[in-house]
Amino acid sequence: METKTAAVSMRNVTKTFGSVIANDKVNLDIYKGEILSLLGENGSGKTTLMNMLSGIYFPDEGQIFINGKEEVIRSPKDAFDLGIGMVHQHFKLIDVLSATENIILGLPGKLNLKEATKKVEEICQKYGFEVDPKQKIYDMSVSQKQTVEIVKVLYRGADILILDEPTAVLTPQETEKLFRVLRKMRDDGKAIVIITHKMHEVESLSDRVAVLRSGQYIGCMKTKDTNVTEMTNMMVGHTVTLNIDRPDPVNPKPRIEVEGLTVRNEEGVVKLQDVSFTANSGEILGIAGISGCGQKELLEAIAGLQVTEAGTIAYVEDDGSREMLIGMDPKKIAELGVSLSFVPEDRLGMGLVGNMDLADNMMLRSFRQGHSPFTDRKQPRQLANDVVESLEVVTPGISTPVRRLSGGNVQKVLVGREIASAPTVLLTAYAVRGLDINSSYTIYDLLNQQKKKGVAVIFVGEDLDVLLELSDKILVLCGGQVSGIVDARTTDKNTVGMMMTRVGGEKNHEGEE
Amino acid sequence: MKEKNKEPLFHIVKRDTLPLHQALGIRALAILLALILCGIITTITTGINPIEVYRSIFTGAFGSVRKTWITFQNVSILLLISLALTPAFKMKFWNIGGEGQVLVGGLASAACMICLGNKLPNGVVILCMIVASILAGACWGFLPAFFKAKWNTNETLFTLMMNYIATQLVAFFTIVWEVPKGSGKIGIINQNTNVGWLPQLFGSKYLLPIVVAVIVTVFMHIYLWYSKHGYEICVVGESENTAKYVGIKVEKVIIRTMILSGAICGLVGLLLVGGINHTVTTTIAGGQGFTAVLVSWMSKFNPFTMIFSSLLIVFMDRGASEISTNFGLNHSYSDILTGIILFFIIGCEFFITYRLQFRKKTEKEEQ
Repeated sequence: METKTAAVSMRNVTKTFGSVIANDKVNLDIYKGEILSLLGENGSGKTTLMNMLSGIYFPDEGQIFINGKEEVIRSPKDAFDLGIGMVHQHFKLIDVLSATENIILGLPGKLNLKEATKKVEEICQKYGFEVDPKQKIYDMSVSQKQTVEIVKVLYRGADILILDEPTAVLTPQETEKLFRVLRKMRDDGKAIVIITHKMHEVESLSDRVAVLRSGQYIGCMKTKDTNVTEMTNMMVGHTVTLNIDRPDPVNPKPRIEVEGLTVRNEEGVVKLQDVSFTANSGEILGIAGISGCGQKELLEAIAGLQVTEAGTIAYVEDDGSREMLIGMDPKKIAELGVSLSFVPEDRLGMGLVGNMDLADNMMLRSFRQGHSPFTDRKQPRQLANDVVESLEVVTPGISTPVRRLSGGNVQKVLVGREIASAPTVLLTAYAVRGLDINSSYTIYDLLNQQKKKGVAVIFVGEDLDVLLELSDKILVLCGGQVSGIVDARTTDKNTVGMMMTRVGGEKNHEGEE
Repeated sequence: MKEKNKEPLFHIVKRDTLPLHQALGIRALAILLALILCGIITTITTGINPIEVYRSIFTGAFGSVRKTWITFQNVSILLLISLALTPAFKMKFWNIGGEGQVLVGGLASAACMICLGNKLPNGVVILCMIVASILAGACWGFLPAFFKAKWNTNETLFTLMMNYIATQLVAFFTIVWEVPKGSGKIGIINQNTNVGWLPQLFGSKYLLPIVVAVIVTVFMHIYLWYSKHGYEICVVGESENTAKYVGIKVEKVIIRTMILSGAICGLVGLLLVGGINHTVTTTIAGGQGFTAVLVSWMSKFNPFTMIFSSLLIVFMDRGASEISTNFGLNHSYSDILTGIILFFIIGCEFFITYRLQFRKKTEKEEQ
């Protein structure tokens, strides 16, 4: 039935890490001129499988055929020689070097920057990349860095490309651009594998879908013959419902009032300018905006982690009395009796300590309790057990270092801890970034539960569809300014999208013309 | 071309956490292998029977009751400095200024002995020495910490430079206090009155540092693993952002921890001057401030493991002096042996974290 040639065939590939089986006798075919989506929950072994193809890991068992010939891939260099290139989730670029210098780094032969630059430009032209070969990496946006990574792989003559969650850090526009390039490469006869959690991307981009579940190969099908529900069911192993609930707010009262907030970052660049809004209890306030538009600074300012230049942030009690939060650090805010929880964007860099185990991480918020100079480890252990049980965290035990867990489970641990303190305000930044669809819905449910408890939830998101389905109101940020606050029930994706790129959205756009 | 398609001979695979007895077994094997290699090298290069060399290393360290006491006294000093540095290292603060912190501690106690010796009763002098040496060490720890916390200066350079300042201070005061004038050294302080000499415990002049070391070891273990301060140190060391996120004052923790680190070093200075040498020289710390860095890291910041690490190093060092006199070998010869042994001990950590997976002959054989 298949007329295309298999560029890669993996047969009975098995990989174990200690006692954990990451891949169990996986069979996978990758064809030329085709985009294959590799699907699976967090920790199902997608990245491990692809790392074996790109020479980072070596399989314990099984064979890999490249273009019909059995090959042994011992190192990334072997992989490159076979035309396999992988773009990792975390970029591997050197900041102080230019695009071209990064691209030719490590290649044998004489250094000829001029020629290399020419070749880079040729590649860019062929596929429609927009890269300045002389630009330094530190000057680049995330999307530009990613482009450099892709060009690097192509420069080395790869015709089998693997992209690990390439869209996690991109805006919708940048994603579209990337997809155009990928389609062009597919038409050029390259084999492309993309790992992603975003189902609508799978549907719009890929030709075929392969599903892994807990290290095992479940199945493979043509994208056009399947749908989101079927794919999700295959991934999860049982039927799931994919509806985001949106209960009506009960008795909303102002909880956080932000007035004229202005923030500069360390370099003196204005990140937030005259931002004012109110977050109500029992409501989810969505915050939309292109990445880097001040979302991070806004949440950190409320949480007491960001130095502010002007404006006020007030916490309003149920009885109407106010506490000024501005200029306070998290400890002082907690001492005021304000129960504020914050799920930051950088989970292992800010919310949790990767090398500590689950129980010790639970202690981060509560270790100061009591007058004894010693820490009480009984309660955190109890809490860790509770979180593991109630949120179905997959972990060998509560004394496992958090960094060993997969992304979704790390997030569950963090969210679990943050909501355990019975907050009245819950701030979340990109709460579902990198999470598979099942975990994402678990998180949405948790947020809704908090909302029903009367918590004021502030949800910074990147997926507009989710924001529109989950939030009660959406605050749109554009370049650090409030572009508008809209009712999520009545607005649509287009309006919000326009507001994200231009203050005031379409109305303003017309007015200026 | 055929060669290329072959599976490599072995792979490096990360292990799960090894059970304790296996990890200890690997370490014991490493020491054994190191000793065998040392033996072979000894025979080849010097022609001396390696067993003889080992025996005299052992006699050097434990040959007589006095030697054994001195060995344990030296162990306790090295152990104390290692313990002092450990909280800083756990906080990822590269304190390589143990040497200087010990020196100023020693200098402070010497100052009390010389300046107050004839004016105050013995007990008061000793009390002053304790306070002064701890304060001096703490101050030497505070300065780099303060600059690090306020202006993010590089603590490695800072603590290193503080060592030189301490050495120069001691050199300066050696001239000020030299006895007799022009001799260039202070000599034994208060030799006739014994004022400011730390008391002997249970009639043994070696016991005091050992007792102090035991107390500090237990204290440090509890402090690091069970106290709120210890937890804060750990969080700050792992991630400053997380520390800020939960409202830990990072600057405060850095300064507090370094004051503690310096204070214990200062205490070591007191023991060296008031308890063991009864004088102060620029070399009184003898490079142990740097050896302690090795001990602390080699023991993975575990206070109890440090006992064995420092014992090993002191044992080899004492043995070294013995073989250099017995066989007419250079002192560097034992440094070579120590080097080989340390190489094996540190190198075996690789086999504890990773395992080598050799190529399987055929699929069937594996089953």
